[in-house]
Amino acid sequence: MATSFSPTNLTTTVSLHGSQESRISLPIRLSPPSSFLGSTISLSVNSPRKLNASRRSPIVGVQEIVKQKKPTNSLLITKEEGLVLYEDMILGRSFEDMCAQMYYRGKMFGFVHLYNGQEAVSTGFIKLLTKTDSVVSTYRDHVHALSKGVSARAVMSELFGKVTGCCRGQGGSMHMFSKEHNMLGGFAFIGEGIPVATGAAFTSKYKRDVLKQNCEDVTVAFFGDGTCNNGQFYECLNMAALYKLPIIFVVENNLWAIGMSHLRSTSDPEIWKKGPAFGMPGVHVDGMDVLKVREVAKEAVTRARRGEGPTLVECETYRFRGHSLADPDELRDAAEKAKYAARDPITALKKYLTENKLANEAELKSIEKKIDELVEEAVEFADASPQPGRSQLLENVFADPKGFGIGPDGKYRCEDPKFTEGTAQV
Amino acid sequence: MSAIIHGAGAATTLSTFKSIDSKKLVAPSRTNLPVRSKRFIVAGSDSSNGLSVRQSQKLIPNAVATKADTSATTGTGHELLLFEALQEGLEEEMDRDPHVCVMGEDVGHYGGSYKVTKGLADKFGDLRVLDTPICENAFTGMGIGAAMTGLRPVIEGMNMGFLLLAFNQISNNCGMLHYTSGGQFTIPVVIRGPGGVGRQLGAEHSQRLESYFQSIPGIQMVACSTPYNAKGLMKAAIRSENPVILFEHVLLYNLKEKIPDEEYICNLEEAEMVRPGEHITILTYSRMRYHVMQAAKTLVNKGYDPEVIDIRSLKPFDLYTIGNSVKKTHRVLIVEECMRTGGIGASLTAAINENFHDYLDAPVMCLSSQDVPTPYAGTLEEWTVVQPAQIVTAVEQLCQ
Repeated sequence: MATSFSPTNLTTTVSLHGSQESRISLPIRLSPPSSFLGSTISLSVNSPRKLNASRRSPIVGVQEIVKQKKPTNSLLITKEEGLVLYEDMILGRSFEDMCAQMYYRGKMFGFVHLYNGQEAVSTGFIKLLTKTDSVVSTYRDHVHALSKGVSARAVMSELFGKVTGCCRGQGGSMHMFSKEHNMLGGFAFIGEGIPVATGAAFTSKYKRDVLKQNCEDVTVAFFGDGTCNNGQFYECLNMAALYKLPIIFVVENNLWAIGMSHLRSTSDPEIWKKGPAFGMPGVHVDGMDVLKVREVAKEAVTRARRGEGPTLVECETYRFRGHSLADPDELRDAAEKAKYAARDPITALKKYLTENKLANEAELKSIEKKIDELVEEAVEFADASPQPGRSQLLENVFADPKGFGIGPDGKYRCEDPKFTEGTAQV
Repeated sequence: MSAIIHGAGAATTLSTFKSIDSKKLVAPSRTNLPVRSKRFIVAGSDSSNGLSVRQSQKLIPNAVATKADTSATTGTGHELLLFEALQEGLEEEMDRDPHVCVMGEDVGHYGGSYKVTKGLADKFGDLRVLDTPICENAFTGMGIGAAMTGLRPVIEGMNMGFLLLAFNQISNNCGMLHYTSGGQFTIPVVIRGPGGVGRQLGAEHSQRLESYFQSIPGIQMVACSTPYNAKGLMKAAIRSENPVILFEHVLLYNLKEKIPDEEYICNLEEAEMVRPGEHITILTYSRMRYHVMQAAKTLVNKGYDPEVIDIRSLKPFDLYTIGNSVKKTHRVLIVEECMRTGGIGASLTAAINENFHDYLDAPVMCLSSQDVPTPYAGTLEEWTVVQPAQIVTAVEQLCQ
C-alpha cells in the first residue's frame, strides 16, 4: 500500500542557504507502516516546545545561492536555455502590449488583466515543466497559458471571443484552459483555482500510489498577494502538506490587490513565513530576476517530483500596468513604479546574456522581431476567425447532454433539433 | 373523468373507481428505456354496497414501513437498509473502476457519519477513501481538480448544509468549468450527503439545499428515497460524465427493502411512478414520498385515487412522466420538504404551467415547508414540515 513518506529521518529543507545547510529535522515517531496519511509531527505533551526553537531557521532569498553557485566561469544557464527564456518573456510582454492595443480598439471587452512586469515568474517556473505537468492560474493568465505552450493564436482568438479560441470563445480573458497543454485555467475569483490545483496534484499522487503508474507530474498554482488572506489558500496549504502533494504554491506578490496595498491588508506581510506554519518550506525570491526564480523553481519542482511534498514560493514582483485595463492606477506611487521599472526582468536577462557572451544584440533582436511577427499574425488570425454561431450556445453545458432532461414528448431534450441550433429554451 | 363522488352507496360511483393490485403498486424494475406510464385496471364490481367493496379492494402499503418486493421479475434478491444500498452501489463502482474515489470528513476510518462508507477504507485504502480535514470549500475544489485530471471522486458533505461552505466551488467550478473551458474538461463528480429535516437537529442541520443549487447551470440533481433507487442512482451518478448532486435524507437511512441481486442502475433523468391513479397527480420526492403514501391510504379510504410520482430527478424534471400524468388526471399537487420560496416545487409549478397549462382543471397546488429556520422544539418542527393530514386536505380541496 502507498507510503507517503519513509519512516526514517524526515528532514525538511527550509532554507536554501548555500554555505550552512541548515535543515530542520522534524521529530518522528516511528509510525505504523504503510498507509498512514497524515502529519508526522509528534506532539510531546511533557516537554513544552519552545516557541522559537528548532523550527526557526534563516530563510534567505535565493540571491545567496546564486552568488554561492556561481564561481567565476560557470553560468546558471546555457545559451539555448537563455534564448528560450528570453523568447518566452518577450512573447509575454509583446502579447500583453498587443492586448492593450486591441482592447482600446474595441476588439476585446470585459476585464482584461495584463501581466507586464511579472514575466520572470511565469517563465522562471513554467519553462521547467513538462507537457504533462499542470498549471493553474488566476485571471491574470494570458502569459501563463503562453508559457505553458498554448499558441498565441488560440489565446488571442479567445480574447476576441472567436470560435478558434482555446475555449471556443466561451471562456474569455479570465478563463484560459487547455487540456492538451494541461493549463487548468484561468479563474475569475481569487483563490478559487488553488483547490483545483490541489486536486490535480492529488491525481498525480493517486496515479502513483493507487493506480501504480509512473507519475511524476507536478502542479504549479499561481496566485497573488491578495489571495493569501483568503481561506481557500490556507485550507489547501494544510491539505497539500498533510498528503505530501506534488504542488508548488507560487505567490506573485506584486504588492497591490487592485487598490489595496498588501501592507494595509495583511497582518504579517511576509507570505513565505506561512509555509513553515503548515509544515512546508517557504521561500522568498526576487521575482524580477528570472534566473533567481528559476533556481528556486528547480529545487521546488524536484522536491515535488521526488514525493517530498509542497513548497510555498513568494516572488516579489510588480505589475507595470494597472490591475486591469479599466483600472486608472492612481494609487500607486510614481517612485515605486520607477523603482521596479528599473528592474525590468527582460532588460535584466538581456544584460545577463550579453554580458556573459551567451548571445549578442543581433540574436536578441531577431527573437524580438520573430515574436512581433508571431503576435501580429495571431491578431490577424483572430480577426479573420468566425464568431461562435447560435448552435454553440447550448453545447458543452453538460458533458453528457442527457442532463437537459426528458421533454414532454418522451424524448431527451438534447435530441430536439432546436438544441443543436441553439434556439431551444433551456 | 375528473368528477369525484363522495359518499358511499351509490351504485354508479363504483364504475368510476379503479382499484389497484398491491403487487403492481410499486414500480417494476427499471431499465434505461424511457418511461411509459403503466395503468393497472381492475374493474370495480358494481355491488350496491360501495363502501365495503372499496374497502376490501384497497391495498395500500404503509407510509414508511417495508415496501413490497420490487424484484418481482427475478424472485431472488437481498434485503438491506438504505445506507447499505448506497454503500453497495458505491463499492460496486469502486470495484469496477479504480478511478472512483471518495473524499469527505470521517468517511474513512469512521466509516461515514451515517455509515455509508463503512468498511471501504479498509478495503480500498486511505487514499481512495480520503478522510479530509474540515474544509469543505477546499476539498470540494480538490475533488473538482481531481475530476478534471482523470479521477471520479465522490465527495461527501457530512450534512448537506455544510456544502454551503463549498458553494463557491460547486457553483463556479463544478457547474461551469465544462462550459468555460469550451468542453475540454469534464467534471464527473458526485456530491452527496444527507439533508432534510431530521428529528430535532436544529435549524442549521435541517437544511434543504436543493433550492439553492437548482439554478446552477451544468449540474444535475437527484434525490433518492428507497434502497432500490438509492443504489441505482448512486451507480448512475458515478458513471455519469456530468457533475451530479445526490440528495439523501437523514431519516431514510434505515429503510429496509429487498433489492435485486443482479446489477442495475436507475436512470438519472427519469421519475418513478409510485402509485398509478386517476384523480390527481401528486408529485413528490425524498422523505415526503412517505408522507404522501401515508396520506394516500387515507385518501383511498375516502374514495380518491391519487397518482403518486416520485420525481427523483430534481434537475432536470422528467417532463414526460409528469406530463403524461397531468394529461390523465388534470390536477396536480406538489408535496415537498423544500422551502416555499424558490424551491423545487416553485420551479416545478412553473414548468407544469408552462408546458401543460391546457390540461389543468385546477391550479397547481404546492405544499412545501414553511419558510422558517427549522425550530428545535418537536412540535414546532412538525408544523414546519408538510404532514399527511395537510396532504389529504389539499387533495380534497383540489378535487372538489
